[in-house]
Amino acid sequence: MAANATVKSAPPATSAAEAAAAFERRDTRNRWLLSAPALAILFFASIGPLGIVVVYSFLTKGGYGGVEWKFSTDAWASVFFTRDIFDDTLGFADAHLSIFWRSLRLSFLTTLLALVVGFPTAYFIATRPEKTRALWLFLITIPFWTNLLIRTFAIMEVIRNEGIVNSILIGLGIIDQPLQIMFTDTAVMLGLLYVYLPLMVLPLYASMERIDFRLVEAGYDLYANRLQVLRRVILPLVKPGVIAGSILVFIPSLGAYVTPRVLGGGRNMMLGNLIELQFGQGRNWPLGSALSITLMVVVMVALLFYVKNAGKSGVRHG
Amino acid sequence: MISKTKIAATAVTFALLSGPALADGELNIYNWGNYTSPELLKKFEETYNVKVTVTDYDANDTALAKIKAGGHGFDIVVPSHNYVPIFIQEGLLLETKPNQMENFKHVDPQWVDVDFDPGRNYTVPWQWGTTGITVNRKAYQGDINTWAILFDTPAELKGKVNVVPEMSDVIAGGLAYLGFSTNCNGNKEELKQVRDLLLKAKPDWISMDYGNVEKYAKEDLMAGLNWNGASLRARLQNSNIEYGYPKEGIAVWMDNVSVLADAKNVENAKLFQNFIMDPQNAAMISDFAQYANGILGSGEFIQNKDFATAPEIVMPEGQKTFIMPACPPEVTELYTAIWTELTK
Amino acid sequence: MARAHFDVKKQTGFTTIALFCFVMLYAPILTLVVYSFNAGTSIAIWEGFSWRWYESAFANEQVQDAAIRSVIIASFAAFVSTIVATMAALATTRTRPFTGITFIFASINQPLMVPEIVTGVALLIFFAIIKIETGYTGLAYLLIAHTAFCIPFAYLPIRARLENMDLSLERAAADLYATPWRTFRYVTLPLLWPGILAGGMLAFVISLDDVVITELVKSAGQDTLPTYMLGQMRRIMTPEMNAISTVFLAISILMVTVFFLLNRKKS
Repeated sequence: MAANATVKSAPPATSAAEAAAAFERRDTRNRWLLSAPALAILFFASIGPLGIVVVYSFLTKGGYGGVEWKFSTDAWASVFFTRDIFDDTLGFADAHLSIFWRSLRLSFLTTLLALVVGFPTAYFIATRPEKTRALWLFLITIPFWTNLLIRTFAIMEVIRNEGIVNSILIGLGIIDQPLQIMFTDTAVMLGLLYVYLPLMVLPLYASMERIDFRLVEAGYDLYANRLQVLRRVILPLVKPGVIAGSILVFIPSLGAYVTPRVLGGGRNMMLGNLIELQFGQGRNWPLGSALSITLMVVVMVALLFYVKNAGKSGVRHG
Repeated sequence: MISKTKIAATAVTFALLSGPALADGELNIYNWGNYTSPELLKKFEETYNVKVTVTDYDANDTALAKIKAGGHGFDIVVPSHNYVPIFIQEGLLLETKPNQMENFKHVDPQWVDVDFDPGRNYTVPWQWGTTGITVNRKAYQGDINTWAILFDTPAELKGKVNVVPEMSDVIAGGLAYLGFSTNCNGNKEELKQVRDLLLKAKPDWISMDYGNVEKYAKEDLMAGLNWNGASLRARLQNSNIEYGYPKEGIAVWMDNVSVLADAKNVENAKLFQNFIMDPQNAAMISDFAQYANGILGSGEFIQNKDFATAPEIVMPEGQKTFIMPACPPEVTELYTAIWTELTK
Repeated sequence: MARAHFDVKKQTGFTTIALFCFVMLYAPILTLVVYSFNAGTSIAIWEGFSWRWYESAFANEQVQDAAIRSVIIASFAAFVSTIVATMAALATTRTRPFTGITFIFASINQPLMVPEIVTGVALLIFFAIIKIETGYTGLAYLLIAHTAFCIPFAYLPIRARLENMDLSLERAAADLYATPWRTFRYVTLPLLWPGILAGGMLAFVISLDDVVITELVKSAGQDTLPTYMLGQMRRIMTPEMNAISTVFLAISILMVTVFFLLNRKKS
């Protein structure tokens, strides 16, 4: 009785704070529970097994692939430094750095291009009558029902010297020598753009579909021109879609493997090819592991930074 | 509710796809993609009442990694010659003694006492070929029987050369061209010269890629390092294409049928090894994938008569050849370093 | 009044770019379809019309098994990953930062951050241990591996959709004493649907295309269409692959048409 009375007579402010805290705890718990199935699957079949890769990066490489269970930091050293095989001097692993840089540059340009092409496309779909939108969406994904490899070979048909693009341009008299697109970085970029475009369009569409066009109208009523409306009204509204799409295009481009090889001719490696080499013909699994962890850390830091900042400015606009 | 749906979906999927795991006779073959004649398998299935399943791989290293990890369910694998010693050394192959099998007498004597499996205690020949040079005669009329096509590219072919991204083949070609030993050469002085040669040659190449039959036939590529079978296919689509045998020495390779140490269907696997040494059956292998098979007397059963006499298949008399062995780790490390520098 | 026919949705040049984008998407597909009818053995040199590659594909049991297996894996992975991704998206958006939200976000997106070959090798080693211990080598390994890497592809579009969804309707429902489940079922879900559709479609396509992880995880007799195809890349490609792709295209177009017509009738 006495105890009860004490609780009841506690100052109302505290109890409200307590209730809020309890609500917050329950809310947090519920949110964790909702995320649990996804986390469980990921930990079983992706994140957990990656622990093996972390362990491998600290072991000695096996003679014919695999590892020997002896601790070693050789792999980590050779991510950044390299001992010249001929004069035995130690230097920066400039081969690795230049491959990192090349991959970053190409992925960034691909993402930019995907945004330039994907944004109007998603906008176009989102402004169709409601009943036909799903149809347009399917039209974006239908090409992807064919296999990546066969699709890549089909792109070759379009951009090769006697391909469709060059034939049209020559036919129109715009050029008289075929453009060498095959086997260049441009080909890799076009290929990546083709492969990853739906990864940009779909999230953009998802965030654009419910734009309230009364806001847009209000913009015009305030004598904004089209560009201003786009920048000040539409862009802030679809920011989450832009972020999601950019992530989905940029990161997979970094690890792309087939496209650089078939369309770029494979003369210059990207990160995916470098890591593949270590697990394959190079038979250096620890180095392959260390390289991938480096990549993962760089990407994760960049991603969290990007999302945090973008999130903040999103709140300001929203 | 969600988990129930999930479980139900899983159960249905399993019922549909766990496959005929209970069939009586079974054989699981793990082979290079698009490499196994369906007619051959059908004949084997009908002869021995065994259900054969083929699963594909695309690289020796993938096959090695999967088999080393275990739990794969394969009975037979078909590694290239330079991977056979690795498989044996790692204890992954079963010593099936093909040399005591009934059909062993048909094996060409030159393929019996091979370095990678002396006396053939483990493996049976599947197919073999060479890694030489493909040139489109329209672009270049000079001597094509030399590695110079790749490493001192003639002006007519500059910027039109493809090199297959097989690290050891490319480096071996460079070693052969400079007159050095190709036998897993780890001599740094010589390798340094090879590296310089490759770095100097690379600007003349347009690509380093597989899958190039189409690119040769469509004349995106005019020359390159290529397998004889691929060159043959390209010639059938474009008659200007010719295959060159470098006088400095050409690499010979062979893929070999081996039974795995943890195979579940050992008897069927042994039957298969014996089966493909029969000339009539070996002919079916070659008819499908268009490489030579190393079995004497199979020529007369091959349906495609042009194939038996094709210049890509019949090596010139007195041609200098070499077989790349499995290289020790320290040599692989040197090769990888050169390769990374070449493709950065 | 001059603005009577002014369309507020229009942005100069957007329609042109969008239509150009569709043309570019379909140009390669068109060549792919054309060469599936090639009488010759090449995927790039036209030698006349024929059905031979369709006949050969229909006679090729390995290809058919692989195609069916691909579709089953992709359907399962897309279905499960979209459900769990929707739940996770609901948990991690429209909230104050709570303990572990960054951790959950990073974990969900982790499959995006490592090249496939790395996840593939890790799964190869991990699953091999389970395969040896349990003796089970069925399809479950591929199903769960595909589900896992599909999760971020389903999650991000759904999350993007949720982030700019209006809260007021849900509040109104709650104010009218709707239970949380009913609010979700009748208010949130219909609003969220475009995001779920986009996420599910992405997951399906990503699974259908996967080659590296599948190659390393599959057991005997578990080739999918992409791994079957990979073997051909190093040897020779025939228009048989084009024929199979065309059949896939035809099926998807048929599905879309039926879906579209049904939708039209309903309303």
